[in-house]
Amino acid sequence: MPRVAMLYDVARLEEKMLAAELRGRAELELVHLPSQPLRLGEPPGGGVDAALVRAISLYRAVSSAAVAESWGAAVVNPPVPLMAAGDKLLTQALLERRGIPTPRALVAYTPEAAVEAAGELGYPVVFKPTVGSWGRLAALAGDGEAVRSIAEHREALGGPYKVHYLQEYVRKPGRDLRVICVGGRAVAAAYRVSPGGWLTNAARGARSIPARLDGEAEELAVGACEAVGVEVAGVDLVEDPERGYLVLEVNGVPEFKSLTSATGVNVAASIAEHVVWRARV
Amino acid sequence: MAKVKCPVCGGLVEVDDDALPGELVEHDCGVVLEVHRGPNGSITLKPFEGVEEDWGE
Repeated sequence: MPRVAMLYDVARLEEKMLAAELRGRAELELVHLPSQPLRLGEPPGGGVDAALVRAISLYRAVSSAAVAESWGAAVVNPPVPLMAAGDKLLTQALLERRGIPTPRALVAYTPEAAVEAAGELGYPVVFKPTVGSWGRLAALAGDGEAVRSIAEHREALGGPYKVHYLQEYVRKPGRDLRVICVGGRAVAAAYRVSPGGWLTNAARGARSIPARLDGEAEELAVGACEAVGVEVAGVDLVEDPERGYLVLEVNGVPEFKSLTSATGVNVAASIAEHVVWRARV
Repeated sequence: MAKVKCPVCGGLVEVDDDALPGELVEHDCGVVLEVHRGPNGSITLKPFEGVEEDWGE
């Protein structure tokens, strides 16, 4: 039986479902990252064939994935694709390079340049941090004064917040589409319907309803995963009234409890099967 | 169900016997506690300090 490690920081419902599915298929080593040091080149229990990275924190995820690679394990997802997926700007750059449609975006490094970028994109404009999730710190700015104010606040926060990433506002039909991809195929999809605001994150109260996946959405979601290099991901697509689907984000450690509940698809089992397959090849 | 002492208020907290390390338990005193397991599998609780970034739904 292959040995699989699951690296995580919080045992949410997703991690509990994954642990249950992995236990039926492999010898499972739970690695709770806050509880113990990780040893480079020294796998826990004397050997690990594959590692599933489930840390909530981007930097914990990337660093623990790197340590797992030092064990000689197959890592899902590997550290560099995880970093690329965790940074929205890196993700979009990789998607653009592959020709996958995305909302138009500009990057600026000063508040003045951010105002110029917003003017080019038109108002309202989406002002996102390059890292983070649940829609946190994402802003919809209605004019240049708002853009300048947000940019100045971001400059005060420092670090990655000083990179001003502005995106056109897509007039989506009050929903977006979350597609879970595993090992090069789409396994489940659900619409996330906004309760009224412009954000459609489940963490912001969006409701998941099952979606029938059409060929175009599936092709784009799978292509987005290939562009970023992730094997397991939640890909967010938005429907533009004129251009069709645009890819918004690729989530390298996706939550899926709402989607599982809405669709009845056992996403945890699909992920566990893929990780065990990677352990064997 | 295991009964474990809350590190904040000292009251008893009920935790599932099969709880995973890293599971979160809310206690009546208002604190969120994180499950930890000792080498022998014993359960202890620590106040949850939170995490910063996520790829949420």
